[in-house]
Amino acid sequence: MVGYYSELAVRSLRRNVVLTTLMVVAVGVGIGVCMTALTTLRAMSGNPIPDKSAQLFVPHINAWDPARGKPGTSDSQFSYRDAMALMKAHRGVRQAAMYQVILNVKTLSGRLEQAHGRATFADFFPMFGVPFRSGAPWGAKQDDDRDNVVVLSSKLADRLFPHIEPVGRIVTLTGRDYRVVGVIRPWILTPRFYDLSDADQFAFGETEDFFLPFPTAITRQIIPRNYTSCMEEDRQWVEWEGRLTSGCYWVQFWVQLPTAAQVRDFNTFLQGYAIEQQRLGFYHYPPRVRMLDVMDWLAFNHVSDGSVRVNMMIATGLLVVCLVNAVGLMLAKFASKAAELGVRRALGASRVDLLVQCFFETVIVGLLSAALGLALTSAGLWGVRSLRGVAQDSAFGHLYRLDAQMALIVLALAVAATVLTGVYPALRAVRMQPAWQLKIQ
Amino acid sequence: MQILPILYSLGRNKIGAALIGLQIALTLAIVCNCLSIIQDYSGQMHRPSGIDEANIFTVRNSWAGQPEDMKARITADLGTLRSLPGVVDVEATNAFPLSGFGWGTGISMKPNQNFPTAMTSEYFVDEHGLAAYGMQLIAGRWFTAAEVADLHPGDGVSAASIVVTQRLARALFPAGDALGRMIYLGIGEPTRIIGIVERAQAPWAGISRSEAAVENSIFLPLRFVQNGLYYVVRTRPGALAAAMRPVRDRLNALTRRRIISSVVPFEQARQHTYQAEHSLSVMLGILCGLLLMVTGCGIVGLALFWVAQRRRQIGMRRALGARRLDILQYFHIENLLIAGTGAVVGIAVGLAGNTWLAATLALTRMSAGYICAGAIIVLALSQAAVLWPALRAAAIPPAAAIRDL
Repeated sequence: MVGYYSELAVRSLRRNVVLTTLMVVAVGVGIGVCMTALTTLRAMSGNPIPDKSAQLFVPHINAWDPARGKPGTSDSQFSYRDAMALMKAHRGVRQAAMYQVILNVKTLSGRLEQAHGRATFADFFPMFGVPFRSGAPWGAKQDDDRDNVVVLSSKLADRLFPHIEPVGRIVTLTGRDYRVVGVIRPWILTPRFYDLSDADQFAFGETEDFFLPFPTAITRQIIPRNYTSCMEEDRQWVEWEGRLTSGCYWVQFWVQLPTAAQVRDFNTFLQGYAIEQQRLGFYHYPPRVRMLDVMDWLAFNHVSDGSVRVNMMIATGLLVVCLVNAVGLMLAKFASKAAELGVRRALGASRVDLLVQCFFETVIVGLLSAALGLALTSAGLWGVRSLRGVAQDSAFGHLYRLDAQMALIVLALAVAATVLTGVYPALRAVRMQPAWQLKIQ
Repeated sequence: MQILPILYSLGRNKIGAALIGLQIALTLAIVCNCLSIIQDYSGQMHRPSGIDEANIFTVRNSWAGQPEDMKARITADLGTLRSLPGVVDVEATNAFPLSGFGWGTGISMKPNQNFPTAMTSEYFVDEHGLAAYGMQLIAGRWFTAAEVADLHPGDGVSAASIVVTQRLARALFPAGDALGRMIYLGIGEPTRIIGIVERAQAPWAGISRSEAAVENSIFLPLRFVQNGLYYVVRTRPGALAAAMRPVRDRLNALTRRRIISSVVPFEQARQHTYQAEHSLSVMLGILCGLLLMVTGCGIVGLALFWVAQRRRQIGMRRALGARRLDILQYFHIENLLIAGTGAVVGIAVGLAGNTWLAATLALTRMSAGYICAGAIIVLALSQAAVLWPALRAAAIPPAAAIRDL
């Protein structure tokens, strides 16, 4: 029966190629556009660290003049003094203060290049689950001893030490030597949630080229690359000493708090700390304390920006139009089959039989639309990649790729959509009076 | 004319007509909103920066280590760049419009004001600044060499005289008498306005829509003697590419212990700044195109079906004396009735959608012009789509009335 109905369906579809093509185009385009938008949305607003996103927090003490509002949307940085106090208090399971740095590195060809790095504490690696290719992160003792150690990205390690194991070797960064203790595997976070301070350029790029201990960077007076915000009262920050003693915000801080009780305790501690500091005269204005976990933090920074959601909305609108279109075409298609269906009814086929036959036709249209949808989705993703300047082979190019799971979704969606659009036209078509259809023949 | 019979026959095709109407309505709502977003973004992307964009390229330079003789190095670099063919003038500076990062400060009208009157971006320039940026000086004068001091790392930012943008001058002195007046920078450094330039956008102009954040800029007569600076190079028209080519080699010939991270035409800064807006505009444009195509196809399909269904009736009308033109007109008027109704619904839906969009993207509300433009586009498309089926209908011979019986 399946074979017979399929054959009937194919024959019927070939009888009116124009209508069939139009239906396939309508559903295929709708599916293709929608899936492209959905993939982009998923790539840009997913949870970067699903297993820990509710445990990792950005605490913040805002001691700015309330009348002047918050210093900047993404500004949740600490002054050096406050960040060090939090590190010393050690209230979280793990915690790390950090900042961005840029150092010069000499490539094998002898050219100087800039490398983006991060000064942070040993807890950074286990806290964010950084995967290591070889070696291991440095330990808390090396933080305390201000050791000259460095962890390299595999990209930088492969450039500096091709074909040899970098761990244990020396790398020179801006004239100072550092011993390589570990090399991390390509580590992709979309977005790079722990530092969104220049979201456009780096938040969807790769993670840093190297990591070095925070206290070492402070001793070396390596200036931060992330911005520093100061109130007018703190203008002395331009000198290194001022940077460490002023109330300017430039140190980022993350803490891991696995249980609700720990979160509560940390919050209480932070409140107490802030009030104490104000009493001691370190803040010019009453401090306000806030803690955000990863997803709240992303929402706070508007990472999946409005434009992606608008794109998704409009793509959905287009899919609806395409489906309405397909309903109209199905109506035409099945109505033109009225005579043929009339003959089958007259010969004893039940309405259910006719419905099944219509169903086969819609499934075939659905499969053809899925093929077109798949082609359009890959073309669309290719377009989005080139528009957004994402290289296919880059660390997160895979997010804009059509994988097996996506292909299955496209297939299911296309068939389901077509069958759905066929329901009403088919019901209408099989309700006709066979005698009347036979009469006009 | 024929409206009543058309309405009567539409009544027998309610579902098909409703589906086309619905499609037209949604298409119109989406297309006019997309047009409005694209236009809004395009306006934002093409705001003039105030500098001679077409003839400027920038060089980002830093030296390895912390050289002691930074000022001499900058002077040597500037000399080398000025000697390139076609170069009008060169400036060493901390930032330029749309460079992304930059410095900013508050401006007060009194020495000990609690809140600054305005926030502004700061550019550090010397006597070459005006020519190197290619800005329009609309009042007062630019700095002389004698006024320019050095700004080393750690120095406080202060200057006896500054040049401001017209937008900032108006914000500080609405009466229009800004020239020659005293104002206070940051925590109260007094300074006098000696010149006003027509326009100079802030380094971060790309991320903001507010005029105050984009167009408030000041120029301070301070030589930026710090590691990690930009050279802004302005050339004669047409000489940009030729002047840019030897830059790396010539600068590296002075010393190789440096990093030139970029030598790029200004246009690239603009592209980089507005990449997100550009890509959304392109995507929306493509979506609109596809949408119109699908809607057009749908109309063709249904109209073809109707023609086939009414073959006998058309033949009958032709036999009773209707001309081909009458048949053609019939289908076009029928389509206009359906599409027109759809368009009315579409305008309402489009306006409602625009309210949501304006809030989500912080856009300006769509103007009536876009709705009308959208409606005309969609109606024209719908009329064009029905032409082929209508021509086929008109070609039906009168004999069809009896032949198919």
